[in-house]
Amino acid sequence: MSLARVSGGSVLRTRSRLRRVLIEVSSLVLVVALLVWSLTPVYNMLLIALDPDEGDIEFEGIIWPPNPSLHSFHAVVTQGYWLVEDFWRQFGNSFFIGLMTMFLTVLIGSLASFALGRTRLRQSWLLANAPLVTYAVPTSFLVIPFTRLMASYDLSNTLWAIVAANVTFAAPYAILILRQYATLIPIELDQAAWVDGASPVQVYRRIYLPLMTPALAAVGTFALLLAWNEYVYQYVLLSSTRNMTVAVAIAQFFNSDEAPLNYMMAAALIYSLPPIVIFYALRRYMAAGLTRGALKG
Amino acid sequence: MSSVQQVLAAGPGALNRLRRSVWRRPRHGPELAWAIAFVVPYAAVFLAFVVYPVAYGLWMARDPSLYRELIANPLYAQTVVNTALFVGLGVNVKMFLALLLSGFFMRRRWWIKALLPVYILPWALPSIPAFVSFHWMLIGEEGFVDSVLSAVLGIAGPLWFRDRWLALGANIVAYIWKWMPFWTLTFYAGRTAIPQEIYEAAAVDGASGYRRFAHVILPLLGNLYLVCTLLSTLWTIGDFTTVSLVSEGAPSYSTDVLATLGIHYAFEGAQPALGVAAVMSALPVLIPIVILLMRALQTRETQL
Repeated sequence: MSLARVSGGSVLRTRSRLRRVLIEVSSLVLVVALLVWSLTPVYNMLLIALDPDEGDIEFEGIIWPPNPSLHSFHAVVTQGYWLVEDFWRQFGNSFFIGLMTMFLTVLIGSLASFALGRTRLRQSWLLANAPLVTYAVPTSFLVIPFTRLMASYDLSNTLWAIVAANVTFAAPYAILILRQYATLIPIELDQAAWVDGASPVQVYRRIYLPLMTPALAAVGTFALLLAWNEYVYQYVLLSSTRNMTVAVAIAQFFNSDEAPLNYMMAAALIYSLPPIVIFYALRRYMAAGLTRGALKG
Repeated sequence: MSSVQQVLAAGPGALNRLRRSVWRRPRHGPELAWAIAFVVPYAAVFLAFVVYPVAYGLWMARDPSLYRELIANPLYAQTVVNTALFVGLGVNVKMFLALLLSGFFMRRRWWIKALLPVYILPWALPSIPAFVSFHWMLIGEEGFVDSVLSAVLGIAGPLWFRDRWLALGANIVAYIWKWMPFWTLTFYAGRTAIPQEIYEAAAVDGASGYRRFAHVILPLLGNLYLVCTLLSTLWTIGDFTTVSLVSEGAPSYSTDVLATLGIHYAFEGAQPALGVAAVMSALPVLIPIVILLMRALQTRETQL
């Protein structure tokens, strides 16, 4: 009797151990699959960029670079080819657009979310939802009237036109996330400050902004990545080489038949570095910012 | 984070006395004027870059004959089907996988934690180089994917951009690759906000695996999932970059979506009004989604 129970227990134990091993093995398999999934396109970029041939590239069905060379990176960095002759200027343009979008989205978004969440205006359902209306007309849809508009605002072929478009589309999401995160900060804190005679600007600067740091970092990263990912407005609105961004320059390579692909991929890899660095630097804040905003309505 | 937790730890109890006196402040006064001043920058952006261009766009596409011309072209119906497939499959598969994977990343194993930064890479990688890379990966027998297929399995891979369905599939896969990490991170954040006690209570009651997912995770994350799916649908309907760089609409415009068709008409076909009409024809779908989104956000606020 007792023997049977013991053996039954050990069968159960081996079975549960088997199950645990199975779970570990399958999650290892999943990890490897996700690694391959995430890295294959990046590996493909490296494969093409490391090809030493200048000019026309012939793929020979390679899956491993036969004689890797950093020649194409060197050519891009020293602007040694006509399609990359303005590379650093274009890189600067991309930076300007990215950082301005980040800064203005955080500034305008935090001001608006402060007004909509912490003042008398918070009762206003209409005002709170107005930003979302923006998404009823997605980005690439607006670009056609936008080009006409930019001519009338005298902003055609300027970087500010791109910044304006980016801020327009990043701000509603920013306001949404910031308002949700702000529900975590007790309104009583503000009220205590009002009683002490603080001005709205002081409440915003001394209480709201410091306590909102994680959400502001999350929203700022979002805006930066939106600007770095954005293509259609840059493609349509920026026409001169000097005002072009790296994104458009890469796409230009893409449309030109004789363009050396290894230079394009080298430029693309260099272009990818800044957001990756900034992203990983802000990642810790970012998770916290999204966390709280995510579940607490 | 710690500062926020301190704020929370202080709790509302100590501050209740203040509340009463504050609520008796006059409803209108300097505070309202200030509040309006804080909203002005955003309101200016909204009027100048949303309201005005939308009104201008609608005015550009006001002629009903434009829509007749649009629909008369067989390309339009095909594009609508493509858009529905691209958005429907792309968004839903991506969201569902993101929800499942966010649970996987909750597991406490160092090698799963170590995977997370690599897994997030596609989101941090700018979309232009990423999609250009996808295009060259699938370019044909010289592309990386077919090279691997012939080297490892010894089979000749397909010509991806010669077939409408393969090209459409390539667009969808590239889209999922690019955007799944962002939503996985959002759901991961949502899951970490669920108190640990709830998981423990579920474990005590014997709920694990599928049952825990269906009866614990889904009810708690359901509304977040809905909001994210709606938001993502809105963004994806306007997605130009994926299709314009991965398949380039190949073969012969048969994988175009509304966003790329509209821009073809407007900038390459020099018919801006027709281009606007093409994209504005999605409004009957977009507006209900926005209304649903507003309502979903509303319920979240009343729940808490």
